[in-house]
Amino acid sequence: MIAARGIVKRFGDFTALDGVSVDVPTGSLTALLGPSGSGKSTLLRVIAGLEQPDEGKVSLDGEDATRLPPQSRGVGFVFQHYAAFKHMTVWDNVAFGLTIRRRPSREIKQRVTELLELVQLVGLAKRYPAQLSGGQRQRMGLARALAVDPKVLLLDEPFGALDARVRKELRVWLRRLHDETHTTTVIVTHDQEEAMDVADRVVVMNAGRIEQAAPPRELYDHPANEFVMSFVGPVNRLGDTFIRPHDVELLLEPNGSTQEAMVQRLVHLGFEVRVELVRDDGETLSAQLTREQVEALELQGGQIVYVRPTRQTVFSD
Amino acid sequence: MAANADILPAAPGARRSLAPGLSIGISSLYLSAIVLLPLAALGWKAHGWGAISTPQATAALKLTLELSLVVALVNAVAGTAIAWTLVRDRFVGQGFVNALVDLPFALPTIVAGLTLLALYGPKSPVGINAAFTRWGLLLALLFVTLPFVVRTVQPVLFELDREMEDAAASLGASRFTTFLRIVLPSILPAVLSGVALAFARAVGEFGAVVLISGNLPFKTEVVAVYVFGRLESGDSGGAAAASVVILSISFGVLLAIGALRRWVTRHDR
Repeated sequence: MIAARGIVKRFGDFTALDGVSVDVPTGSLTALLGPSGSGKSTLLRVIAGLEQPDEGKVSLDGEDATRLPPQSRGVGFVFQHYAAFKHMTVWDNVAFGLTIRRRPSREIKQRVTELLELVQLVGLAKRYPAQLSGGQRQRMGLARALAVDPKVLLLDEPFGALDARVRKELRVWLRRLHDETHTTTVIVTHDQEEAMDVADRVVVMNAGRIEQAAPPRELYDHPANEFVMSFVGPVNRLGDTFIRPHDVELLLEPNGSTQEAMVQRLVHLGFEVRVELVRDDGETLSAQLTREQVEALELQGGQIVYVRPTRQTVFSD
Repeated sequence: MAANADILPAAPGARRSLAPGLSIGISSLYLSAIVLLPLAALGWKAHGWGAISTPQATAALKLTLELSLVVALVNAVAGTAIAWTLVRDRFVGQGFVNALVDLPFALPTIVAGLTLLALYGPKSPVGINAAFTRWGLLLALLFVTLPFVVRTVQPVLFELDREMEDAAASLGASRFTTFLRIVLPSILPAVLSGVALAFARAVGEFGAVVLISGNLPFKTEVVAVYVFGRLESGDSGGAAAASVVILSISFGVLLAIGALRRWVTRHDR
């Protein structure tokens, strides 16, 4: 288990981490989710030993690792911009951790072959990083980190520099990899969909603090505060009330609990349709409907409808 | 439509080939006028090849090449270390030190020679007399070639992806291993460029060495000074011949370093 306690990290006047405590259970896949500048990458680098915290403790499997250099923490780190060793072939990149440990060449050969098969780069072993696509480079980065059998795998926005399609592929692939290896994994991301998709547990961070740590479903259904509510999915804010677009019901006739609204725009996103509405009190909101629902209601731009939230959230503070 | 399809794609291609044609023309004309023609004239003037096979001439040649080699190697290490300090460390007076590195470029080399003679000459305030010795020569050459490696390595080091070093550390590499296996290969092309420039400069240096070396034949006479001596004694043919020899050797060394540089950057292509 990774345990961070009361971590404080400042860069000059900027407080990147403001007393953060977090547990990552052994064998789990945990996501650190937050906007840029929230401190999630710094927390990851503190866990890896690449940054020294000003205050607080980090322990790995019960042992205090706060003052351990990165070399002796047994962590694998994957970087957003790959950090590929440009002057080495794919093979030598993956073998690096084993080569510097002077492992027997038979063992290195076997392990690297195994890893290249795992990340599907067997045919590209003799290529240099400059000759690979972004997705291939990141798979190489993963293989390189896994080569030394890390106790913990840390990924810092690993798919952030890739295009949407490759990002989704690698996400699924990472989840499958984790299900096979059960390596304790922490992934940093600013993409809530990515976090909810791959992780068992999501830690939402904001301004150097942790807002909430929970499984994805709980996070979505029971957000601890406004920040989490609006960060983990689209939301309509009407005064103090928060309503998810899929919790907005549209009716053609008023029924007492509804309010009048006009359809401004219909945005077709394949199976789902986003309906942008303006209520008679001037508030705008959007509703998420299926194509069948839109067809059944025969919705048109400019049409008057009656809206009603089926579920809404109010935060008491 | 068909005619358009034929013409349109051709136009950008034509434009692409025009500019290089022009620039190649200008470049070769300029290089010919400034470098090649004078060199050819030198070769044409070179006669009395006997002048270069005299023991004095071969001694000067040998000394020049040996010194330049040592200067290039010392610079490779010291220049890289200085560049490293300037890029990676933060200390008071850094800007001053950074400016200091360029001083050997700004100083007329004869002034550099005078300065060194004042400090390490017969009336040395620090009690070191290197005048008229090979040590003096070496000092003078190190002085004038200092900026080359520093200035070629500095920007490359500045642009170097620090995350490569983080990655190596997380994989268990010590700082020394990381420098040797990650940083050094990345800056080696720049080091080689600087070394080539420093070597070429050391081979050709005249002003800085003429005072401190004392120009003792067989002992402290370098080729540039030997050529000057030949000219003074009216043997311009011999001077040209010696120049052609040293020129060819220098060019050979530059080509070799260039080839080495291409080899170490093979992964970029």
